[in-house]
Order: sequence, then C-alpha cells, then structure tokens
Amino acid sequence: MIKWLVNLGSQGRKFLESLGRSGQFLFAALAGVPNPRVGFPLLIKQMYFLGVLSLAIIVVSGLFIGMVLGLQGYTILSDYGSEAAIGQMIALTLVRELGPVVTALLFAGRAGSALTAEIGLMKATEQLSSMEMMGVDPLRRVIAPRFWAGFLSMPVLAAIFSVVGIWGGLLVGVEWLGVFEGSFWGNMQSSVSFTSDVLNGVVKSVVFGFVCTWIAVYQGYDCVPTSEGISSATTRTVVFSALAVLGLDFVLTAVMFGDL
Amino acid sequence: MSAETEPYIELKDVVFSRGDRRIFDGVSLRIPRGRVTAIMGPSGTGKTTLLRLMGGQLRPDSGRVTVAGESVPDLGRKALYRLRQKMGMLFQSGALFTDLSVFENVAFPIRVHTRLPEDMVRDIVLMKLEAVGLRGARELMPAQLSGGMTRRVALARSIALDPELVMYDEPFAGQDPIAMGVLVKLVRDLNHAMGITSVLVSHDVPECLSISHYACIVSDGRVIGDGTPDELRNHPSEKVQQFLKGHPDGPVPFHYPAAGAGEDWGIAGEQQ
Repeated sequence: MIKWLVNLGSQGRKFLESLGRSGQFLFAALAGVPNPRVGFPLLIKQMYFLGVLSLAIIVVSGLFIGMVLGLQGYTILSDYGSEAAIGQMIALTLVRELGPVVTALLFAGRAGSALTAEIGLMKATEQLSSMEMMGVDPLRRVIAPRFWAGFLSMPVLAAIFSVVGIWGGLLVGVEWLGVFEGSFWGNMQSSVSFTSDVLNGVVKSVVFGFVCTWIAVYQGYDCVPTSEGISSATTRTVVFSALAVLGLDFVLTAVMFGDL
Repeated sequence: MSAETEPYIELKDVVFSRGDRRIFDGVSLRIPRGRVTAIMGPSGTGKTTLLRLMGGQLRPDSGRVTVAGESVPDLGRKALYRLRQKMGMLFQSGALFTDLSVFENVAFPIRVHTRLPEDMVRDIVLMKLEAVGLRGARELMPAQLSGGMTRRVALARSIALDPELVMYDEPFAGQDPIAMGVLVKLVRDLNHAMGITSVLVSHDVPECLSISHYACIVSDGRVIGDGTPDELRNHPSEKVQQFLKGHPDGPVPFHYPAAGAGEDWGIAGEQQ
C-alpha cells in the first residue's frame, strides 16, 4: 500500500514536472516578436505540411462519417416519422462534436506524430544543436512555426471536415434515401445557431489545435535522442493527444452546452 | 605557451556533473589564439562535453569558461547567440539539415545572420564549397553524400560566416584513409589561410599530433598531460604513454572492475 502511494506520488510529481517544463518550453518558443521576413515563409511551409497534406484524410473521413450519420439518422428518425430532421441532426452532431473531435484525433495521428518524429530526429542527428551553435534559436526557428501552423490549421481542417460531412449526409439522406432536400436544409438552417453551435465548435477546435500541437512539438523536443526514444515519444504524442482531446471535449461540452 | 599566443579560450577549475556522475573534476585548459589545439582522450571521457561547455550549450557546476574574453556561463541568451556567430562547430555526424540541399545548408547561417543580396550569398557559398572541394556537389541532398563529403559540407557551413574559432568534434572518426587525409588537409589549411583558432576533439592520435600546435589528454575528469606534440610524445606519465601508444593494458586496465575470479568460478582462494 505504502509502495503504491509512493509510486503514485512520484508519478504525479513527474507529470507535474513535465507539465511545467512543457509550459516553459512553449513560452520560450512563442515569446518575442517574430521577424515576418523569416517567419512567414517558414509558417507557410509548415502549414502546407501539417494542414494541406492532412486534407486528404480529413475530407475522406468527413465524407464517410457524414454518410454514416445520414444512414443511421435516417434509420432512427424514420421510426418516428421525423426523417426530415436528418439535416439538423447531422449538422449539429458534426459542428458541435464530431468535426472538432475527429479532426483533432486524425490530426494527432497524421500530423502530430510526424511533427514529433521529425523534431526528435532533428535532435538525434544534432541538427538542433548545430542550429544553436550557429547562433539560431531552434525554439524560434523550428518549434514556433510548427506550433503556429498546427494551431492555425486545426480550426480550418475541422470546418472542412464538418462541411464535407454535411455534404456526405446530404448524399445519403437526400440523394439516396429520398428525404426532401428543402426540409434537409430548412431544418438545419432554423436549428443550427451560429453563435452557440458553430462558434462553440470553432472554440473547441482552436483548443484542440493548441493542445495537440503543443504535445507533439514538446514530445519531439524532449525525447531521448535514440530510435527507441523517438518511437516512444511518437506513441506518447498520439496517446496523450487523444486522451487530452476526449477529456477536454467533455469539459468544454459541459461548459458550453451543459445548461441547454 | 609563448606570450604572443594569448589564450582564446580558457577553462579554469571546471567541474561538471551529469546526474550523479562527475564528468570533469577541475579541468583547466588554455587554448591559444590562431593555433590548432587537439584535445584527446579515451572514448567516454567527455571530450564532446568539453566543446559544449565552450559553446555555452552546457553550464559548468563551478569554474570559469572564457571564450574571446567573455565568460560564457554568465552570458544572457542574446549575448551568447552573438558570441556563437564567431564560432563554428563541426559535429561528428555533420548535422546537415536533411531537408535542404548542400548549397542551402551552407547558405543557411549567411541568410539568417546577414541581409546580403542573393548573388553575393551565392558567391560566398560557392567559395566555401570550393574551399572544401565540393563546389560541384552543390545541388545534392545530404542523403546523397558519403560520410566524408557530409563532414566537408558541414565544415563549409561552419566557416560560412568566417568564424574566429572552429571546434571539430571527432572529425576523423570512421573515415577512410582518403577522406581522413582530406579532412586533415582542410583543418591545417583553414588554420594557415584564415588564422582560425581550431579546437580538435579526437582520439586519432597520429592525425591529431601531426596537425596540432598544442595538445592535451583528458582522462577521468582531468587533464593528464599537455604540451606540444613532441612534449607529449616524451611525457613521463605512464597513462599518457599508454594512450598515445595504444597499449591494451596499463594504468587503464584491460579488465573492467569485477568481483574476484574465485567468486565467479568457484575457485577457492583465488582473488583478482
């Protein structure tokens, strides 16, 4: 029992230490005014790698999830004769929950793991050290643009996910199962609120973008610079991101929609 | 050390530990300006750590590290990064940026620290690549280079801003005889032509002694011998002689400390 408590305490202390270090790390990376002449091209390059190259998986997943929602929604709603509400159901599900959450999970798997592995490998091959010795701060040169790129890409990817998902739902619900298109869009328009649904969804994806990218860059920078260290850091990125996204989603949902 | 060769780098009573392990226990060194200084020692004695202390990537637990008259551990971030612009470092792995071509790797420090027009950047990069004999390899990517070429490109990059000091971390390790010859020539030529203060960390004894003006041997956290190459060759310390001549047994024993042989093999009364 005592041993268990000691173990718990030391794990907790390690976790807090790591949290503190990662906070310091993020502050050091983002503090100071970046030079736009240098920073902007780096940011664009990273947005391409993290955002544009994630588009394929986001669009395909969004489409399938929207189509599944269309099928499931129709089956359930038609039991009550209210299949016309399928539009609002798909839109609310995607905009409030699935858009931000699934995008964040996919982003952590595709872009987050790549970020961790890339930064970890740069550390292992002394590229970060050599940058330091050239008088260039790797936190600002390598970490900051990657962080901002991930942070800015996530809300856009989540929005694209929701839009494609709704289109997938339309494809199944309207084109295939024959729900009247007017009521599909009409119900959606009357029940989805821009401020309480769409904006809250955007807030979620902004928070997830922040957390997922922070975890990914920190795990890469802090990893043990060996092949084993990089592999476990990459795993940690995906696991921690997924847990953080799901946990935060509950908290945010409770705050945003708890009193509805 | 003669009066004309004032020290460019000075370490005084440097103590440095990693966790519980003490790496340096009072190391003092004077590295003269404009000369080639070799720091030699068995693997794992912390020679690379010594370079990192000089470059300010690590801070000593106690003692002084002075480079170009500035106390490195006391420098703030900005001042340290400014000082590093006077330093070049050749890493053992080369540490080239794998997403940039040879040309862009060498251009990297120039682009970051200066605002020179593109044609001037191009001229400087080609001059540096010419100096290491790789002007023709400018379009290649790091993955297409051999180990020796990687180090030469890394060397070109480390001298891109005409530093006062170049630190070489194991430049000859794992090189074939031709690549090694090329690197020895480059270290010597750069020192002659540009008057660069060079610090060479290595355990390749003949190469080091052939190009250095001054050499020291670090072992067990201390400097066990120093002087000109000739002085070292005639050094009275057995440990120094064992290292220089590569004897398998001596003050540094062949056997890693172990329990008595009797205990391991069950031979009564015999202890090692």
